[in-house]
Amino acid sequence: MTGGEENSDGGKTDFHVLVVDDSTVVRMVHRMLITSLGLKVQEAKNGKEVVDLHINGAYFDLIFMDMEMPIMNGPTATRELRAMGVKSNIIGVTSCTFESAHKDFIEAGLNHCVSKPLTIAMISSFLPDSNNK
Amino acid sequence: MGVFGFEKGFVDNQFTQLQKLRDESSPGFVVEVVSLFFEDCEKLVNNMAKALEQQIVDFKQVDSHVHQLKGSSSSIGAARIHNVCIAFKTCCEDQNRDGCVRCLQQVNHECIQLKNNLQTLFKLEQQIVAAGGSIPAMQ
Repeated sequence: MTGGEENSDGGKTDFHVLVVDDSTVVRMVHRMLITSLGLKVQEAKNGKEVVDLHINGAYFDLIFMDMEMPIMNGPTATRELRAMGVKSNIIGVTSCTFESAHKDFIEAGLNHCVSKPLTIAMISSFLPDSNNK
Repeated sequence: MGVFGFEKGFVDNQFTQLQKLRDESSPGFVVEVVSLFFEDCEKLVNNMAKALEQQIVDFKQVDSHVHQLKGSSSSIGAARIHNVCIAFKTCCEDQNRDGCVRCLQQVNHECIQLKNNLQTLFKLEQQIVAAGGSIPAMQ
């Protein structure tokens, strides 16, 4: 499959998370945080990879989308996903502290926007109360 | 064990959180992600140095490198590097070449310091584990 790497840990749930960021370091950290919660996680390096994954039929319960990425940035990718009818929970993740940047990103179709760094507490707050138990 | 780094502000809670993960899943994770971070850092510093040496500096380019470093340093909890990046971004926005050069020197300095401190930390941890001990989780 182009773009993503499946990291199946035989997790406790069927909850699928997608991490989108152009930084390898950031993707690695976010992947470890999410995996430690027993969730399945896939990665994408930019907005175009995310869109392509969805065109190829992938579905994710939760998407963490970086704002600034080459080729296709977070806001553009979010707009495209929503236009395609993707209803997943999309959380914007950004290093930018300007309120206006958060606002634009949210208007692109996010459910919520948070500042880096992602923490376990933050990730947990976006999980449903019970995951296919 | 990591207290000295934490107390001097080299690393913050994010780093502690990652260390806790290390105990529960992949043991080499922290060393791996930290090594990756320093490789990334070196590349970005070199790119920024080249950009700042040009007759006409492309501050947008420099800013995008700083942005990358800001994101990765905050993700691993490299607090001091992250703080320099904040100041560095302001210099880029102001198109202040001298300011940028000073910030770059500071980033370089902080990277070297952090690298040395973490290498010491990892060596100590290895010795503890080799001697049959275990590393206490930091609160």
